[in-house]
This record gives sequence, C-alpha cells and structure tokens, in this order.
Amino acid sequence: MAARGCGGVWRRARQCGAGRPGPGLGPFPRGQRAVACNAKGGAVPAGKSGLAPWIPVVGLEIHAQISSNSKLFSGSQVQFAAPPNSLVSFFDASLPGTLPVLNRRCVEAAVMTGLALNCSINKKSLFDRKHYFYADLPAGYQITQQRVPIAVNGSLSYSLCIDNKMSQMVTKTVRIKQIQLEQDSGKSLHDDTRCQTLVDLNRAGVGLMEVVMEPDMCCGEEAAAAVRELQLILQTLGSSQAVMAEGQLRVDANVSVHHPGEPYGVRTEVKNINSIRFLAKAVDYEIQRQIEELENGGTILNETRAFDFKLGCTVPMRDKEGKQDYRFMPEPNLPPLILYDAKSLPANMNHQQVINIDWIQERLPDLPSVKREKLVEQYGILPEHSFTLLNEDGLAEFFESVVKQTQMKPKKVIGWILNDLLSYLKQHSLTVKESPVTSFLLADLLNLLEEKKISSTAAKQVLAELWKGEGKTPLEIVKEQKLELLQDQKELEQICQAVIDGQENE
Amino acid sequence: AALKGELRSQVSAALKEGRVTPTELCQRCLALIKSTKFLNAYITVAEETALKQAEESEERYIRGQPLGILDGIPIAVKDNFNTAGIETTCASNMLKGYISPYNATVVQKLLDHGAVLLGKTNLDEFAMGSGSTDGVFGPVRNPWSYSKQYKEKSVAKSHSEDKESNWVITGGSSGGSAAAVSSFTCFAALGSDTGGSTRNPAAHCGVVGLKPTYGLISRHGLIPLVNSMDVPGILTRCVDDAAVLLGSLAGHDPKDSTTIQDDFKPFELPNLNDVSKLSIGIPKEYHAPGLSSEILALWSKAADLFKNAGAKVVEVSLPHTPYSIVCYHVLCTAEVASNMARFDGLEYGHRSDMKDSTESMYAATRREGFNDVVRGRILSGNYFLLKQNYEKYFVKAQKVRRLIANDFVKVFRSGVDILLTPTTLSDAAPYTEFIQEDNRTRSAQDDILTQAANMAGLPAINVPTALSERGLPVGLQFIGRSFQEKQLLTVAKWFEKQVQFPVIQLEEIKRHDNDVFQHQKSTSFS
Repeated sequence: MAARGCGGVWRRARQCGAGRPGPGLGPFPRGQRAVACNAKGGAVPAGKSGLAPWIPVVGLEIHAQISSNSKLFSGSQVQFAAPPNSLVSFFDASLPGTLPVLNRRCVEAAVMTGLALNCSINKKSLFDRKHYFYADLPAGYQITQQRVPIAVNGSLSYSLCIDNKMSQMVTKTVRIKQIQLEQDSGKSLHDDTRCQTLVDLNRAGVGLMEVVMEPDMCCGEEAAAAVRELQLILQTLGSSQAVMAEGQLRVDANVSVHHPGEPYGVRTEVKNINSIRFLAKAVDYEIQRQIEELENGGTILNETRAFDFKLGCTVPMRDKEGKQDYRFMPEPNLPPLILYDAKSLPANMNHQQVINIDWIQERLPDLPSVKREKLVEQYGILPEHSFTLLNEDGLAEFFESVVKQTQMKPKKVIGWILNDLLSYLKQHSLTVKESPVTSFLLADLLNLLEEKKISSTAAKQVLAELWKGEGKTPLEIVKEQKLELLQDQKELEQICQAVIDGQENE
Repeated sequence: AALKGELRSQVSAALKEGRVTPTELCQRCLALIKSTKFLNAYITVAEETALKQAEESEERYIRGQPLGILDGIPIAVKDNFNTAGIETTCASNMLKGYISPYNATVVQKLLDHGAVLLGKTNLDEFAMGSGSTDGVFGPVRNPWSYSKQYKEKSVAKSHSEDKESNWVITGGSSGGSAAAVSSFTCFAALGSDTGGSTRNPAAHCGVVGLKPTYGLISRHGLIPLVNSMDVPGILTRCVDDAAVLLGSLAGHDPKDSTTIQDDFKPFELPNLNDVSKLSIGIPKEYHAPGLSSEILALWSKAADLFKNAGAKVVEVSLPHTPYSIVCYHVLCTAEVASNMARFDGLEYGHRSDMKDSTESMYAATRREGFNDVVRGRILSGNYFLLKQNYEKYFVKAQKVRRLIANDFVKVFRSGVDILLTPTTLSDAAPYTEFIQEDNRTRSAQDDILTQAANMAGLPAINVPTALSERGLPVGLQFIGRSFQEKQLLTVAKWFEKQVQFPVIQLEEIKRHDNDVFQHQKSTSFS
C-alpha cells in the first residue's frame, strides 16, 4: 500500500531532527534531499528539481502490557518496580514440568482491544512457541500467537494537525494487521565492569498484546499521533495502563523509503523508543538517514537500530547471533483458544468458563473519538479543543466539572482550562490530578468573573494566588487584595475626586 | 510363591485388620530394595520420609480413618516426576542434585491418598530410550535375569559364558519402575509413556503397564519428553491394581489445560463372565518385521482364546501404521528440541564453569549436561523446525499423525471394541546384545508396536501373558477407545485371569516372604 498523505508534517519534523537545525523549507544543508508531502497525500519533491522524490513508509509494532492482576500463564502478581525476582512462580522460572494456564482476564483485555480497534476477533486462535536463547527468557522460548492470533484486520483512526496549527486537523487511518497475545520477557542487567548479567524475572510471563500496524504512515508525526490515539484507547478500555516510561507500551518502528512507483525499500527496525516524542524524532531521523545514505550511493541494511535519545539519532544494535531462525512450533500444552458470540454460545456452558465476544462488545466504554464528538456536540467547543481535553489524563473530567459548577459558557471555560490551567500544569510538570486549583476553586473564580465582580485581569491575579495552594478561596483573595470591580457610581466618583484632590495638593 | 499384590482384596484388607502395619510393609519394601540393589531400579531411596509417611498412615489406621485403599501402600515413582524435597534427576547430569520445590500432581494425589513414596526409579536420560540403559546412573537389570525360571531355561545353556553377562534389560524408558514392581520392592509405580515407555518395560518385566488416554491424567510435574503424547503410566502386578491407581490419579487438573474438564469416577472392575458381545480386532499391520515367531504364536493363541470364549475376533487394518515410526521421530525430536531449551544452567540444574560469554556458558552447560542421545534429538528436532524445513517435516508429520489417529477411529467405528496386539517384538535382550545397536535404532524398533497409541492418544495396556522359551516374560497389548479405560481394563482383567501368568521366583523375595499374604500357585499359560 502506498504511503498515505503526510500534510507538511515531514518538513516540520525535519526541523526538530536531531542536530539538524535549519529552516523548514529552505535549501537543505549538506546536500540533503528534502521530502515534503502535501495534505492530499503523495510525496512531492522539494529542493533540487528533476530528482525523484522519496516516499517514506512507516509501520509500527507495539507491545502493550496487559493490565491484569496476574501473569498471562501463571498466578504470579503483576506489579511495576517490585523487588527483583519477588514475583516469580515456578512456571515463570521455567521449572521443569510446569505448564501454562491461560489467564482469562488477559484474553478479555485482548478481545476488548481488538473490538475497539475494529478487528475481527478469531473465534479460534492458537499459541506457538518462538525459540531463542536469552538470559531473561528462562524457557528458551516465548509463547506467542504466530499462526492464528486472537484479532486481525482492524483499523485505527487518528488525527494530527498540519503545520503545527491546531486549527488544521486531518484524520487518518492506519490498518491494524493483527493483535496477538504473548508473554513478556524478564529483564537482564549487564554489569560490564564486573562481567556479570543480573536477571530479574518479575516481568517474565506478564501478558502482552502485540499490536501490528501496517506500514500506512509516512513520518514521525503520524506515527506519534497513531500511538497516542492507541494509548488513549488502551487507557480508556483499561486493557493496558500504557505508560511508556514504565515500559507498559513499547513501540518498534519499521522504516523504509522508496521512489514513487517503485517497490518498498529495505527497511530497518528502530527499537528502544521510550516516549511518544522520541518516537517522532526517531522515525524522522531514520527516514532522513536512509535518504541521505541512498542519495550518497549507499545501501540500507535490513537491521535493527536503537534510538539514542541523548544524541537524538539511531545507531545499529549489536546483532549478537546474526539472523535468527525462531523455529516456531505449536504450543502443545495449550488447547486452541475458543471464543464465543451470542450465536455460537452453547446453552449448557458454564458462563465462567467461556468468553462471549458480544457480551464484551456491549460493555465497551465510549472510545476517545466518541468522547470527543460528545464534547464538541454538548459544549460547542472546537474539535481541536476536544483533542487537547482528552490528551491530558483527567482534563476532560476537570472541564466538565467546572462547566457544571459555573454559569460561564463552556466555550469561555475552555479558554481558561487550556490557556491558563494547562499551561501552568505543563510549566510545573504537574498532572491534572496534582493541580493545586481544583475544579471547584476554578469554577468559583469563573463565577466571580461571570457575575462581573472582578475583571478578567483581576481573575488572572487571583488565579496566580490560587496556584500557591494556600487554601484561600477566590473570594477571600479578592477581598484581601481589594480586587473587586466597583459598580457603585458614587463610590467611584469619590475615589476619582480623591485622586484629583491629591494631584491638586501636590 | 510370593506376595500377590492385589491391593483391594488383600493388602488393604490386611492393613485394615491389622495383620500387617504400614510401617512393616514399608520396612519390608526398603529391605527388599536393599537386597535387590544390584538391579539398579532406584536412583533415590527416600527411606526417612517413607518411614515417616508409613507412620502417619499407621496412625490413621489406628484411628480407624484410613484414606482409602492406597493408604499405607508403598509405591515408587519414575525419576522424571517432580517430588518436593526428594531429588528429581531424569537420570541426567543436567538435573543431578536437583530438588524440586513442588510435587507433580500425580505424586501429590498419591500422597493425598496415603500412599508411601519409597523413592525414585531409574530410566533412560530424560526418558529417551527403550532399554533403561542410557541413564547417567547406569542400566537397570531385569529382575527376571535372576529368576529361577530364566536361570533354569537360559543360563544353563550358555555354560561357557560368564554368568554376569547374561542379564537382560528391562526395556524402557520406565525400566526402573517396571523392575521395582516386578521385584516386589513396591506395590505399584508410576512410569511415563510417550511412545511405549510404560508398556515396553512392563512387557519385559512381566507386569501390568497401563497408558491411559491422553488428557485423563495430569502431566503437571512430569518433566516432558513430547507434551502432545506424554502420559503418566501405571505399573502394577495385576489389572485390578492398575484400576485402583487410575481411580486415584485420573481427572481434571487446573494446572494442566490438556486434561479433561469432566470429573472422573473411579471404578471397580467387574469379573467378566461373558465375552460373546465383545469384538476384538487384530490389526494385521502389527505383524511387523522382526516380530519373533514365539510372540506371533502367543498372539494367535490369545486371539483363539477370545474366539473360543465366544468373542468376535476380526482382522482389521490400520494402514498408516508403517509410517508411524518416522512420523513419531520428527514430532518427538521437534518437541524435545523445544522442551530442552530451558536447560541453560541459569535457573536450575547443571551450570558449566565456562565463563567466556553467556553463549559459551550455555553451550558448555548443555554439552556437559546432556548425553549423546539427548543432544542428537535436540539437533535433529531443531533441524526439522527450521523455517525452510518446517513444512517439509513437521507439518507433514502432523498430517500423518492425523491419518494414524483416523485409522483407529475408523476401526473402532466399524464396531471393534478392543484391539489385541503384541507389546514387543521379542522377549528382553541381554544387555550385551542390546547395546550393540544405538539408541535411535533401538527406539525405532522397540516402539513400533506401542507408539501409534500415543499418536492417537488412546488408552493401551500391557498384560503379562506367558514366559518365553528362555524363561522371560512376554506381554500382549490391548488398545481401547478414548476414555474407555473401564472397558479396556475389564477385558484385560478377563484375559489376565485366563492366562495365569507365573509369579517370578526370586531368591531375594523368598527371603523376605511373609505369610501374611496367601501363597498363590501359578499355572503357566504357554
């Protein structure tokens, strides 16, 4: 499939490309070929004329850790940052004779995610063993779903803004190839000075959903927007906490470039990306690197590269064993995973023992796209504002709560939320939940403004005071600092007179 | 004359009536284990814990609250089942000294029924073999090598050779368990059966060996050979005892997702008076190359026995049987390659001193830990699983496996109740002769009559039938329908009664004989 449109994003992405400052559209330093995509899709050449443009192709493989109490095939607890090797069952340590027992919750989470991503859910899926030797893979194989995964053929719609203008948003779609259930590995810590490898198996066997996205994206910004939307969906479903910093969401990007009308180029896989911001950077860097390499007569190797966030570039990973043959084989200890829908559900089946896809479908919460539509419809705010509201955890709820408590129009409230509250929180790296100003206090303040008791300048002053979190109410601050608007004509006249008198006295 | 281990009717009654105590039983078994040490049937004897378990059992009998027929009964377990606190070695350097933190489900169930665990029995390394000759603790000797019957008929003839070289193998890989039951050092033992590993040594040692339907008994805690074919096996001295053991072991296990969902109802075997409604199938393909004329004769005699008793005996065909061995080889080695990947020296088991790199440590650990047979199978299994070979070998073998399973389905659908076949091609070979061929060749020959049942997941049982001209046991195999153990065992019990297989006459047993149990005169079937 041809790379889809990438409205101007590519130009901007270049700007933040590591170590490559420079104008977005000007001539490129060091003979770089420029690539720009117009909003309708398709690459167009920029810079030197006469040379064929490059079309970047980006596909993603995303591992989302399933939010569950216990691991995919064992009863051990799942918990981030527990003492090393404190959450390891006999099975997790691959003790001989132990067998996997599938965790129902993990299956439900995968079904939920599949449905939310418009996938068809396979009523029969299979587990396979993928073999490789690694210190943090105790069994010597990972149980995954290589042949028949639990969900296939879905799609994810995501939006991004053009030229960094919030007012110009485009919605794009990336196809979801499949979602497969698989085990997480443990963690190896290499101590080079002492030549030791320390192994922590707490994570070994935790349930993962691997979401494979087709190469339908063409720049870092698109990849980042798609992942952000996926993250929101997972968090809304509760199927994964999807915190990238805690490794609950891990993104590998497959990147290649080619000329229009030509087959896809050789792709590289970029790993070690631990934030959405770095994802955009890593992808754009890799695209640029490949273009440069090819333009300079070089070739692209089918290799795995790591993103170095300090240097802002990708570097080849040490390939320990060369090309791996994973020697896939059916997992003989797990029968096929059978799911039912309302039609196929056997009447005499114990409901505790079966998973009903329709039942899960009926109970899916509102997905972010639906929530946004509702916000726009209900409050008359701009679509782009609905994005910002959902992008911050708890912000939409905060907004709705303020709206409920004030007479101010939601359209005006949103300004205070996005311009004042949000920028303050960002500046101080606070989450919405950590905000010193509660929705109640903000509503209180906005009510003073709405009742014309204070001016909007005064309101900002009060807000500045409120950030201190000293427990004063907006009204107390207004009184203390005498910020009330004077509406009594006589009083105003008296004040004016006093000022004039003072002048005369001088 | 010797102890006839009929658990339900004799031992259990004696225990209840106080004619013998669990401690006495246990001590007698322990003493017998010591005096038959030369058999090399046991890798570990858990004397202390066994005596403690016997003591606890004794208290239950005193209180009048025994846990059932198995309470106080000394049993042995093949050393590829995990036993908490008792070494589990798989007869391999890789697991020498390994003490598992948990009990296999079958072990736990036996203990829950009050059984006394005497120890762990010898096997081929990781159960890969058909002789019980390829373990790191040395070969197991067939108790019949030292029996009056064998000595009279065989040893006398070979006067020139040194006596020591005449001992015969037990078959395998559960040879230790078969020898332990056969030499009366325990009343029953657990084996495992992947391609015949319970039935083959049972045949050579003259005991009952039951391979239940796949999924009827939990594999949790059984160190796997081929997960899709492994089943815990039951070795006893009579069919009734096998039914007792089965009753305590069978049923769903939440720790093994491949076990049946339904509960299993233990059963007592009826005495069959009328076999006229039975249809016995004789699969012609089991007239395999290398089948000894002696066994062939015994097989037809057994068929006649059923016919004469009024049963319908029909020749049937399982046309894909000849492909079974090569198909088994591919599937077995592939799973072995996968299952053995966990032995890397990191979490448990042997670890090499090699410290150059993690990879070199893995390599050295696995070279030092596994014998040639295991390494050979790992190598071929990985070859079959390579991307370019997977379709050609593994997938094809799976298809052939389906054809083999379908052969059985068709035959049973045609109205046949039970199949009657030989268990082995011949009686047990002398060790010196056996080791002339390599493990791979031997396994291919020896599993030929047994492993199709594993491919199809069907229940099968070896019933000791007669003594060969050399005075060694020969058994026949019955194969039943899936989960029709009761029917299978009922027919096996009827057959057992007809053939009156002789009791082993062993000096060591005589010395320990006790008149608590009735002496039984035996008549030979041959």
